[in-house]
This record gives sequence, structure tokens and C-alpha cells, in this order.
Amino acid sequence: MLIRLRFGGTPRRPAAARPGTAFALSVDGERIEALPGHTIAAALWRAGIVSWRRTRGEARPRGVFCGIGVCFDCLVTVNGRPNQRACLVPARPGDAVDTRAGTGLGGDET
Amino acid sequence: MNGVTRPQSPDGVLRLAVIGAGPAGMEGAVRAADGAVAVTVIDAGPAAGGQFHRQPSPLLHALPPASQARLPSWSPSWLPSPALAPHRAGRGWAALKSRFDRHVAAGRVRHLADHHVWFAERAGGGFRVHALVGPAQQSSIRVDADALLLATGAYERVLPFPGWTLPGVVTAGGAQAMLKGSLVLPGREVVVAGTGPLLLPVAAGLAEAGAVVKALIESADMRALLRPAPALAAAANPGKLAEAAGYAARLAQYRIPVRSRHVVVAAHGGERVEAVTVAALDALGHVLPGSQQRISCDSLAIGHGLLPHLGLALTLGARVEDEPAPAVVVDGEQRTCVPALWAAGEASGVGGAALAQVEGEIAGRSVAAWSRGPRRAWQDEDHARSPAWTSAERRRGRRREFFAALDAVYARDVTWAERVDDDTTICRCEEVRAGAIRRVLRDDAASDPRTVKLLTRAGMGWCQGRMCAPAVAGLLAERSAARERGGAEGGGAPGPSALVSSRPFARPVPLGVLATLPPDEEEGTDEQP
Amino acid sequence: MARDSVCDVVVVGAGVVGAACAYYAARAGLDVVVVDRGPVAGGTTGAGEGNLLVSDKPPGPELDLALLSTRLWRQLAAEPPFARAVEYEPKGGLVVASEERGLAALNALADEQRRCGVEAEPVAADRLRDVEPGLAPGLAGGVFYRQDAQVQPALAAAYLIREARAAGARVRTGETVTALLRTPGGALRGVRTGRGELHAPAVVNAAGVWGGEVAALAGATLPVRPRRGFILVTQPLPPLVRHKVYAADYVADVASDSAALQTSAVVEGTASGPVLIGASRERVGFERGVSLPVLRRLAAAAIGLFPALATVDAIRAYLGFRPYLPDHLPAIGPDPRAPGLVHACGHEGAGVGLAAATGLLVARVLLGEPAPLDLAAFRPERFAPPGAHTRRGEDAQPAEETEASKC
Repeated sequence: MLIRLRFGGTPRRPAAARPGTAFALSVDGERIEALPGHTIAAALWRAGIVSWRRTRGEARPRGVFCGIGVCFDCLVTVNGRPNQRACLVPARPGDAVDTRAGTGLGGDET
Repeated sequence: MNGVTRPQSPDGVLRLAVIGAGPAGMEGAVRAADGAVAVTVIDAGPAAGGQFHRQPSPLLHALPPASQARLPSWSPSWLPSPALAPHRAGRGWAALKSRFDRHVAAGRVRHLADHHVWFAERAGGGFRVHALVGPAQQSSIRVDADALLLATGAYERVLPFPGWTLPGVVTAGGAQAMLKGSLVLPGREVVVAGTGPLLLPVAAGLAEAGAVVKALIESADMRALLRPAPALAAAANPGKLAEAAGYAARLAQYRIPVRSRHVVVAAHGGERVEAVTVAALDALGHVLPGSQQRISCDSLAIGHGLLPHLGLALTLGARVEDEPAPAVVVDGEQRTCVPALWAAGEASGVGGAALAQVEGEIAGRSVAAWSRGPRRAWQDEDHARSPAWTSAERRRGRRREFFAALDAVYARDVTWAERVDDDTTICRCEEVRAGAIRRVLRDDAASDPRTVKLLTRAGMGWCQGRMCAPAVAGLLAERSAARERGGAEGGGAPGPSALVSSRPFARPVPLGVLATLPPDEEEGTDEQP
Repeated sequence: MARDSVCDVVVVGAGVVGAACAYYAARAGLDVVVVDRGPVAGGTTGAGEGNLLVSDKPPGPELDLALLSTRLWRQLAAEPPFARAVEYEPKGGLVVASEERGLAALNALADEQRRCGVEAEPVAADRLRDVEPGLAPGLAGGVFYRQDAQVQPALAAAYLIREARAAGARVRTGETVTALLRTPGGALRGVRTGRGELHAPAVVNAAGVWGGEVAALAGATLPVRPRRGFILVTQPLPPLVRHKVYAADYVADVASDSAALQTSAVVEGTASGPVLIGASRERVGFERGVSLPVLRRLAAAAIGLFPALATVDAIRAYLGFRPYLPDHLPAIGPDPRAPGLVHACGHEGAGVGLAAATGLLVARVLLGEPAPLDLAAFRPERFAPPGAHTRRGEDAQPAEETEASKC
């Protein structure tokens, strides 16, 4: 399969990679596709999702900022484990990603 | 350091731990292993290379693209090479990787990939490094060593502006890292903005990957780069200048409008960035009235230079300076003031991948010399006439000069604070706004970053101030300048640098991991799970 | 003499104790100047948890001081901006015992405390998790202390300083007191700082863990020593720990004279989300190195109380130096060895809680008014060797200081 780079879901230009077979993971129960080698953040970007967290103070949307694990803005719950850095965690088939507000631990959703 | 007796390992072989597997860490490991030192490299990445040599995941089986995206060798060492291409330093990288891999295969270098160092301490005359294992990070191992090389790299400095927390606003290096590692883009229409040599290859790389780069907004005067000042010309070799000039062509090829002496003054949007407002700067760096212009976009890649990771160095007691730029203080052989502790690469001063690699070479050879005798220094061996030392020192000097000249082109944005209204978020983690910080500077006479943190929570959150430190420093400088204008005595510069603060933990560590560390009595063996 | 170099009282130290002294003195009409070599809350205050506790104090002078302070903090909290400005939480403390024997000792202590005015309610084992749902099962029981409360200590100091300034006090941070000025008769008449002289008939030593050094400037002995403590800070959490919760052995550790490391679990949530985990005590001078064994023990003890913390990240740790005196009581009141010098330091780990009462008492001393509490137990000269009292200090004073007294 020749993949295409994705921009908010819109393919633009044939790209130059021959990855393995796409696999499914879920985001708040909805199915998205990821490619082998993707991080969770990459899978979300590829699906056109740029924000998956709301701040605990002002409930503002956040997603990837630094992209290298330093800023902790891309925190997300993966398979029930809260506050994982989406830009570092590899995506795996069947992963359940939950976007959560506040502390990421439930109990304080705004 | 020279007076310290070399610790003796059970088998008589000196053990070196290297933190970081970028150009400095890899070269340092290779050179030390060449000298019969037993090396353990601990690195968070899934593969060696660091940020500069970040490779697409092998699972993506990326192929070279039709056109060659190239990364200049003076790029910051953490900058990933463009998404779809081996960069110009490809041959050098292949050689380094092959030397590294040979040592790994021979067991002379142990490479702990996907190991996340959270603490380092002095122990038993040497060092003990603690690292969380794998993406799960639910267990910790420790590595005991007689000597330690910090090659911890850097991260991007971003100065806030209204709207910088909107989704779709990412660091320039972050956009490149995501593109390089996973072949994804933040959006379709990207503005690249900020300052520094990183922006050129990022803009070109994003365009090459298919994004429409709506503009490259650079606050410095880029004519100084494209028509270099004498200092730059003198320091650079012709090849490097050709690289720089080549960017003009690259940017033109992708029809990227370049606006020098411009800044992004705001990003707009609700759930994600939808547009940015840019403005021109006058000769003094103030926004030219009436020059504001709105550019629609769905993402913004922003960066204002790099900051080295200094936390581990500070925890270990190494001297760190913040002027002229944050760095661990090292001597000619990259030794810190702490016995048996070396630092190389961006940690000892941001200067790009090529400089990092030669610093790693010097550090690695210095460790090897030290392993041969407690008072040995590499440069003193062979009657101080080692041609290798002379060569390495010359290469390091040239690269430092070049980076310094380049850095001078990208002068500091001294007017940043005046573009930040009180409503602008400064601390992303704790959502502290500029107004709250200005209030404690004014009402509580806060004049140092720690007091600002205690009174506002800026810097107390998940990232521990790594993101907001430059902005807090900028607001402290703004207050200090205002006090001086007001004739106040003792206004002075901000106290201890906001950029250089001690953080015991290099990253968060689960309490359960902390609680189950082996107690002292039983410590001493390597790698207790 | 310029107006700005003369005042009624110089308070040395802008920690929470100095701030409280300045607050009560300024509100009583005194002209106050606060001097600190660092920023507001730059020392132990900024490294504390902000406990306002009666629960950890057995009957005695410190408990009396704590009860007075609790009432004063409540009065302060009645000022509308206070609670929000300093994250004041009158949430109560829960002391738990893991075994029957410890519980019996805890209940015996609570009985005595109740007789002194402490509100201490026994909590049976099967009710512990109604009070604090995240607690580990199997604990023997506990006592709930309704009067225990919490503030964010740096904010509390900054608030009191701001209010003192509103009442006319002046605050000079980043200015070091290098000498105490004295009259030929030995009385204090001001301080010398890195920027000149400040003239005042009274000087308050609120220099915390450095209080011994300030006392020494007057030739007086005050054996304040540092007792190091670490605090672990977690990621922001939803309400998981509702009260200040600690193990009963904490009280024994507080009172211990041992130099060796002691740790007991002290766990509390904060208004901002993170949970703070203490408390360790060790006498290692001003050593600032991070000790992993201490942090390990703190983490293990906290998980012992709240098992859910095991998967929670610690995002930072910090350390501070409690200013302790050999008998674990602060020095509060006038120093007969140096007339005009009033001490307000040596509060060990209770400085934030005891600050309000200390500030009020110091203000009363400065005004020459009767104190609402007997200060005898806090006499600063109580550590001096017998017969070494009074004018001893003056001899140690450099001649230069006494000569500079004509103004």
C-alpha cells in the first residue's frame, strides 16, 4: 500500500512510504486508523484530530505542542492509563484512547 | 577533577554511562569504547540518533522522495532531518551509526533504547543513573558507572503570544519531529514563524511533504543571513554559506513568502488555530503601527531557538551558566566542575549537530584517557602533541565560531514582552496569564523566577517550567527595565536565571516506582528491576 | 536623617513569621520596615506545606500558641479576599493509626488535647473511609481534628506583607542586614544593611533558620539549627485526599531529638490539585543534595495510606530547612541580653501555623501591651548557659557599631 500524507483527513500528495497494514484503534469509542510505526499523536493527527484534552482550569482544548515529550500538553488516556504523552506512546492495534478533561483522572470533568 | 582517583571497577574496566544517543552521545560512546571503556548509553528514543538523526519508524518503510530535502549541518542538533529524505550529512551519519553499531555488536557499548532517565546521583565514588523502562514506564532500572557523560540535547524555546495555546500551534521542531518520525502534518496550510536557523529547513521540509507554507515569518533580519556579515563569512566555510543561500532557492521553489523583521502577534481560533496576525517590526524592534496583516492557516509552527536540558547537570552539582546562553560549564575536554562528569552537545551550549559530534568525540577520548590513569587528560597524553587533539580542538573551535556568528544574526527579541497583553497565557500547564505574573512583580516585589512560581504557579505544572521559563524571564526583564526607567534603585537584572533552575526529577516518576526502589543496604548491583 | 531610614521597628525576615509580625505591628499603628536578603517567602516558608495544625501538638505552650494562632487565622480568613488569595482551607486533619497499640496512644493524646480546647473526634476503623474514602483498608482507627487547616504558605506571606504595606509598612527585599546598631548602653537602635542604616528602637528577628545568625549580630546566643525536610509533589489530581492525613507516628517524629532520618506519612491535597507528601526530618546542616532514600520512604509511606497513589506520578520534589531549637519551641519575645531585640524564630516545622499568633504576640511586646499568652516558655535567653545572661552580648559588639550611635 502506498500511503498518503494526511491533513485533517484530506490526502494531498502521494508520499513515499510503504508501511505495514493499517490497523484500528478507538478514540472515545470511535474507530480511527493508524499505521505501524505511528505514535498515538500521529494516529490522531492522521485522523484529522488536533486536540484531545481540555485543561483543568479553563477547559481549553490542547493537543501536541512540543512534539518531543517535554511540554506534556498532549496528555491522553491510553487503554485506561491516564496522562500518557501521545507524542511518545506508540500506537498499537486495538488501543482505546480516551480524551479527558481536567486532571485526566475523571471526577473533575467540567 | 584531575586530582580524583579513578574508581576501580571489579574487573578493572572503567564504566562510562552516557545519557543521550544524539550526535554527541553516540560519538562520545564510540570514542570511549575505542579506548577500552565499558559504555552504557541510555536514551529515550526508540533508536539511536537523537532528534537530529531521527528516523521514520522502520515500520513505515519510508523511501527517499523524488526531490532531496536537505538539512544543513549547522542545524540544531535536535532538528530531525526532513521527513522523507536522508539529509546531506547522511554519509557522516551512516559512518557514525556503523561505528556505534559495531561497538554495540561487540558488547563494548550497551545501548538502552527507550529508557527514560528520571534521576541521576553520585554514588559510591561514581554515579548511579535511574531510568524508567519502555513506553509503559512502570519499572525503573539503574546503571552504576564510574564516569558519566551528559549528552542530553535541547528543546525548543517559544515566547508566548495571544493564542499560542490553540491546538494547531506547534513548535517548529515538534512539527518536524512528527513529520519525520510518523509522516504526519499538523494541517494543510501552515505558517512557520519565530526566529532562528531551524525555521528555514522546517518550512522547506513541511512544503516538501505537501503542506502549503503560507509564510515564513522571521523576526531577525534575514538579509544578514543570505548576504552574510563578515563575521559569518569568516567563520563559515563556503559550503555552509552555499547551504544557507540554497534555502533562498528552496523557499522560492515552494513559493514560500518570506517576511523578515516580522512577528506573529496573535493566533486566532476557537477549537484550533484558524488564522494568525503578523506585523512588521521597526528598526528598534517595535511593531510598526498599521502593519498588521491577517493570514489564514490551520496550523502554525513556531520557535525561538533552543534551550539545553540542564536539569541532570544541576542535580549533580555541575556549574551551569545562563549568560550568554544557558549551558553546563565545561573545560577544554568537556569536563564539568564535578569530578568524573562530562557534558557535550547542546548541554554544554547550543551549537548544532556538527559541533555536538566533535564535542562528543573530545569527551569520549577524554574519558578514555582518564581511564588509563587517574590524573590523565587526553590533551596531555603523547607529550601534549596529539594530532588528534589538535584536530578536534580546531574543528570544535571553528564550529563554535560559526554558530556564534550565526546566532548573532538571530539577535534576541528584546521587545517581546510589549507584545504580550495581560490576558496572554504564559504557563501552559497551570494556565497562568501574563497579568497575574506582572501583578506579583509589581505588588509583591517578586524579582526572581522561584518567587514568581510560588506566588502564581507559573512553572509548577507537568512540564516543570520548561515551556514558560523564557517568558517568565522576559517578564522579569520587562519589570526590571521599568524599575530602572522609574529610577528605582536595585532594580537590576532578574536574579537567578529563569532558564536554569534545579529540578530533582528529570521527568515524572510514578510513586509506586519510587516506593519500590531497592533500599540502600541492598544497593550496589547493576540494574535491579 | 532621611525619613525613609527611620522607623519604629525593623523586621528582619520576610517569611511568613516576619510577614505576620509586620502585619500586626503595622495594623497597630507602628511604622514598620521589613528587610530580607532574599524575596518574600524565599526561605523555609516557600518550602513548606502550609500546615495550620493543632493535632500534632501535645498539651503545653506550643499547643496554646497553636490554638491562639488557629483563632487568628480564622479571623484573617474572615477578611473577604483572604481565603482565595492564600488558598485557605479549613478542612481538618485526620490522624490514623495502623495498629491497636498506636491507636490507644493516639486516643490518649486526643483525650489530653481535648482538655486544652482541641476538637478531637475519634473515628472508628469502619468509619475511616467515610471520612477519607481513599484510605487503605485495615487501619486500626483514627482521630479527626476539625481545627486543622491549610494555606499556601508563600501566598500567605505575600498576603500579609501586602496588607502590612497597605497599613504603611515598607518592604525592602534583596537587602541583607549586616549588623545591628546599638547604643553605648547596649540597646538596639537599628540595623545596618548592604544599602545603609535603618534606625529604629526595636528589631524583630524573624530570620527563621538563620535566626541564630541575626541573634549573634547582637552578641546573643540562639541555637537555631536546620532540620531538613523533603516534600514530594504529585501530578494534579481530582479530589483524592480530602483532609490532611497523617500517621500517628508523626507526632513522635516531630518531638524526636534524633539527628537521624525519620519519615512518617503526611499526605494532603491542595486547592490547586497536586497532593503533597511529607514528612522527613534529618539533621544534615544545609545540605541541599536530593536524597533518593528519603524520597523512596516518603513514597512508600504515602502509598501505605493511600494505595491509589501508587500509579500517580511525582512531578517534583523540594526540600526545606526547618528552624529548630533544642527544646522544639520557638523563641518569641524580648531578649534581655539586647534591649530592643525581639525574637520571632525557631518555629521548626510549624512556622506557618504559628505565624499569626507569633505576629500578634510580637506586636503586643513592641507596643508594651499585655500578651494574651504567657511567653515564659518561649524566652529567647533560655538556652544561654547559667550566669551568662544580660550584658554579655555588648562586649562582643564591634566598637564601630557602638560609636556609630550618635544620631
